[in-house]
Amino acid sequence: MAGLELLSDQGYRVDGRRAGELRKIQARMGVFAQADGSAYIEQGNTKALAVVYGPHEIRGSRARALPDRALVNCQYSSATFSTGERKRRPHGDRKSCEMGLQLRQTFEAAILTQLHPRSQIDIYVQVLQADGGTYAACVNAATLAVLDAGIPMRDFVCACSAGFVDSTALADLSHVEEAAGGPQLALALLPASGQIALLEMDARLHEDHLEQVLEAAARAARDVHALLDRVVRQHVREASILLGD
Amino acid sequence: MAMELRLPVVRKPLSESLGRDTKKHLVVPGDTITTDTGFMRGHGTYMGEEKLIASVAGSVERVNKLICVKALKTRYNGEVGDIVVGRITERRRSAEDELAMRGFLQEGDLISAEVQAVFSDGAVSLHTRSLKYGKLGQGVLVQVSPSLVKRQKTHFHDLPCGASVILGNNGFIWIYPTPEHKEEDAGGFIANLEPVSLTDREVISRLRNCIVSLVTQRMMLYDTSILYCYEASLPHQIKDILKPEIMEEIVMETRQRLLEQEG
Repeated sequence: MAGLELLSDQGYRVDGRRAGELRKIQARMGVFAQADGSAYIEQGNTKALAVVYGPHEIRGSRARALPDRALVNCQYSSATFSTGERKRRPHGDRKSCEMGLQLRQTFEAAILTQLHPRSQIDIYVQVLQADGGTYAACVNAATLAVLDAGIPMRDFVCACSAGFVDSTALADLSHVEEAAGGPQLALALLPASGQIALLEMDARLHEDHLEQVLEAAARAARDVHALLDRVVRQHVREASILLGD
Repeated sequence: MAMELRLPVVRKPLSESLGRDTKKHLVVPGDTITTDTGFMRGHGTYMGEEKLIASVAGSVERVNKLICVKALKTRYNGEVGDIVVGRITERRRSAEDELAMRGFLQEGDLISAEVQAVFSDGAVSLHTRSLKYGKLGQGVLVQVSPSLVKRQKTHFHDLPCGASVILGNNGFIWIYPTPEHKEEDAGGFIANLEPVSLTDREVISRLRNCIVSLVTQRMMLYDTSILYCYEASLPHQIKDILKPEIMEEIVMETRQRLLEQEG
């Protein structure tokens, strides 16, 4: 069956990128004044918005409060207009719950929760346009939002997706590449120490190739970190100048 | 009815128009601040593998042997002696409490109080044991980031323009008409519900818009900055103060006056 050629003979992908090349990333912090922290990120055509509230008192049942650390509560939602076909996604559906759980695991590893016992940190992420790599965009947006809120974190959490086509590892998959059905890996990394916050893979991949794909994802995540680092530094510098010395 | 429309315009970052750079040491989480183990670590840092690493994005502050990182925007952390403004959402139910306090302060009241003690988990206990604290009557509340309220000796100011302001350390700012005469005997438990005159209301609205514009331009809030901003805004109509170009103009003038005053 003649399928879409994901990697040409010259080494170009469907959108003209090289195998290890990332899509263009643009990010902004502090987009919502009423939230404690907020951020917006665009990775190619994937657009995600993250909003953080906290740390504050536990809402709802007090019994859920942890005596020695903060509770991290993540909610993922996908806009009806985010995919090619308009689809209504009810709030409690499986994909949203799973994403929320993955985001929670990722951020519990990075946020220093021991500093805020018996409180709750809420992270809400919404995908406005989904063109592949939604988990990565959500993690990157949420990292910036948590930084904007001033919540202490061990390090940035930078995420990227990777795939494997024709014995080559591809970094930062777009929707077309994801829909082709090959193996996809999502990696969330703490760049300074190289520790992995979350690693998830779909479909089947031979274990001989795992290291190559993992290496490509890690390199891409570090590239994302370089970019996010620049965005945060610029934001801090500007605010510092305005506040004066 | 006349309507005003604005098109989105790319604005130059404000820091460029100020034309100066910051001398502070700026860090982001994961940055190593120092490998010298002789320092004590303060807020915003953590120890990892013999290095002191930043945990928030902000500027490094060093006081003798203590290093801490001050984040740009933080939630309010109570300290003893702070003035806070807030609304009562829930109260402790105890026997003597029922008898004594319910007549004075109820759920839903807006009050000003002072921080008495801070618990280890960050919770604060408040008291209104002075006549200047207590229930707040008619006025306007503005919520800003706590990091923009400057720490001063007193947070209750009677501004010469005709209104009074309480700058709560928790970022809640209360603007109210200056009371005619100080009601010493009533204390802070009777709310004054007499109608407020139009001139007073205009002064309060103008002050509120000035505070919002100062906060948008990330300026510290204290009595002098608010007053200068008010005076700079007088040539404009109250509703025009919130327009971006006028906001920039007013705050720029305020900044210049403050610099002249210091220098």
